[in-house]
Amino acid sequence: MTAATASAARADDPLAIDVHGLVKSFDGKVVVDDFSLAIPEGKIFGFLGPNGSGKTTTLRMLCGLLTPDSGEGTCLGLDLRDEAPLIKRQTGYMTQKFSLYEDLTIKENLDFVARLYEMDRRTERVEESLKHLGLYARRDQQTGTLSGGWKQRLALAACTLHEPRLLLLDEPTAGVDPNARREFWDEIHALAETGITVLVSTHYMDEAERCHEIVYLAYGKLLAKGTIANIIDNTALYTWRANGKNADRLASKLRGCDGVEMAVAFGADLHVSGTDEAALEAAIAPYRHEEGIEWFRHKPTLEDVFIHLTAGSKDNFS
Amino acid sequence: MKRPFSITRLSAMLLKEFNHMRRDRTTMGMMVVIPLMQLILFGFAINTDPKALPTAIYSADTSEYTRDFTAALVNTGYFHIVKETRSQEHLDEMLTRGQVQFAIFIPENFTRRLIKGERPQILVEADATDPVATGSAISALNAIKPRVMTRDLKGITMANPPAPPAFDVVVHRRYNPENITQYNIVPGLMGVVLTMTLVMITGLAVTRERERGTMENLLAMPVRPMEVMLGKILPYVLVGYIQATIILMAAAFLFRVPVEGSLTMLSGATILFMIANLGVGFTFSTVAQNQLQAVQMTFFFFLPSVLLSGFMFPFRGMPVWAQAIGEILPLTHFLRIARGILLKGSHFADIQADLLALVAFVIVSTGIAMARYRQTLD
Ligand SMILES: Nc1ncnc2c1ncn2[C@@H]1O[C@H](COP(=O)(O)OP(=O)(O)O)[C@@H](O)[C@H]1O
Ligand SMILES: [Mg+2]
Repeated sequence: MTAATASAARADDPLAIDVHGLVKSFDGKVVVDDFSLAIPEGKIFGFLGPNGSGKTTTLRMLCGLLTPDSGEGTCLGLDLRDEAPLIKRQTGYMTQKFSLYEDLTIKENLDFVARLYEMDRRTERVEESLKHLGLYARRDQQTGTLSGGWKQRLALAACTLHEPRLLLLDEPTAGVDPNARREFWDEIHALAETGITVLVSTHYMDEAERCHEIVYLAYGKLLAKGTIANIIDNTALYTWRANGKNADRLASKLRGCDGVEMAVAFGADLHVSGTDEAALEAAIAPYRHEEGIEWFRHKPTLEDVFIHLTAGSKDNFS
Repeated sequence: MKRPFSITRLSAMLLKEFNHMRRDRTTMGMMVVIPLMQLILFGFAINTDPKALPTAIYSADTSEYTRDFTAALVNTGYFHIVKETRSQEHLDEMLTRGQVQFAIFIPENFTRRLIKGERPQILVEADATDPVATGSAISALNAIKPRVMTRDLKGITMANPPAPPAFDVVVHRRYNPENITQYNIVPGLMGVVLTMTLVMITGLAVTRERERGTMENLLAMPVRPMEVMLGKILPYVLVGYIQATIILMAAAFLFRVPVEGSLTMLSGATILFMIANLGVGFTFSTVAQNQLQAVQMTFFFFLPSVLLSGFMFPFRGMPVWAQAIGEILPLTHFLRIARGILLKGSHFADIQADLLALVAFVIVSTGIAMARYRQTLD
């Protein structure tokens, strides 16, 4: 993890994204509620949250594919509402679902993108991109025949071909093997080093750790943002970890006890968390001296925090 | 930077669409096979010069002359006398029931009046619901009149050879007042095939992008509505042009349909007509959520086009409200233009009004398409 960069909102930093109070509803159901975010240029922001929490909808509003019901702001200094076509020119958006043409060849897809952006040196750029991708030899292969990992890399190449200043990636590594994911993230970091700002949604905690900062969204509401350390510190959550023989079996017994907000088994480990420190200790007391189980006071992980935040907001939601 | 139209972007769209076409062999094959198939199916109707049509005859008078007339009739090869009846009602009934194609009535005193030079009449009633079937037979009928006359009356009229035939054959075409000739079917078929395939193909081309999710990617890029629309229309103008050529060539060489007027003018009108239909397809695609809906909407447009344009039923025979709807449809105007040019050798002035109607339709349909086209996913 790159050293957690201090606060996002240092006044002199130019902001790549600066939006306030975005709201979007479909058929009367609010899907994104009062969303505000500021991202300085050149940073990688991770966008996390359960399925259906509104990540895709937010990304679509940022790149002009959806018009917010209310709220305003700028992307790359351009107004979200009035200058959407100009934002599109400098933004690369990678859709959640693979959306290049599967019946076209790899080269034809890249060439199509290059033409749409009216790029100069088109042939060379497409060739460079193909070589950089390692798909030059397979350039005349139909895109639909590529494996998942290759599709994702090609989609990234396609949305960065026009040298955008802002990248919006929607679950780019879903269903991709760990090795391909690592390479994908190396690529994202390489892009960020050239000054590109990246907002990337993901469900993977290890990927969250490779971001400069995290935004956590659940049920349309922004619940936390900042560096991982910040988020963990700011959440008043206490966690005990039990380790040993059958420690994971205690999960069902502890769940629902006073003071226990969640009891989650991780293999042979058990994480028990709650916001009330004393009540939590009282709840686990009966099991503290059980044969073969060791208990540690434990700093909550990001995942613990997210589970806690999601559970809390679900209560508000219903 | 914010140019509303760019040739480069349009060329990107066109090139992409041509690449889709190259890969989609099935659809492209269909585009060629459908017109050929339809033409060959209809072609049997156009081409068959049906002979030995069932004919009933009621001869109220019997003489050498009437026997000779009947023999000449049979000799043409077109008439096959299935029944000689002795009652007017029976004759009528057979025609109404479709048991015969022709009902021939030779009146009483025919021979006497013929010899007196009173020009008696023979009444031929034809079931013209299928004009294709009766057309040649009726022409053959007209040709035998002089021959019958010259041979039979030679002895009597030796002194002053008469120029006019000494009797008349009166033909009543029943059940089809407009008497569409056989050739009408070809220009009509061209219009019908183009309507069906072109409306459907643009509709599909756009909804397919929506279904596969590629629309989202396309909208995220700086392409303008006009470029998307032209990109989805122009390639299929070419496809339609190939279809029209196939039909015309087959019509001219296989079925000897006459081409009286200017083919250049017909090409121009056809392109206009194709754009009108492609505009409709594009408009449908802005409403349809998926490919199935696009196909359903195509038929929603196709049926009135076939039924109310004058392709299926004579336009002037339709009720006023149906004619009013027909006037809106591009196929109606294209049929008039194509029939005019192909069969009557119409000039520009003759088809001007219908061309104008097509232009108006193009403007309205593409206008609606543009107004409905969304650059967002809202
Ligand atoms: N076009 C739409 N019409 C209606 N509902 C939608 C539409 N797009 C998204 N939604 C709803 O909005 C909610 C959030 O969706 P989404 O933004 O895709 O979430 P995420 O990407 O976080 O999984 C979901 O409940 C989804 O069903
Ligand atoms: Mg999503």
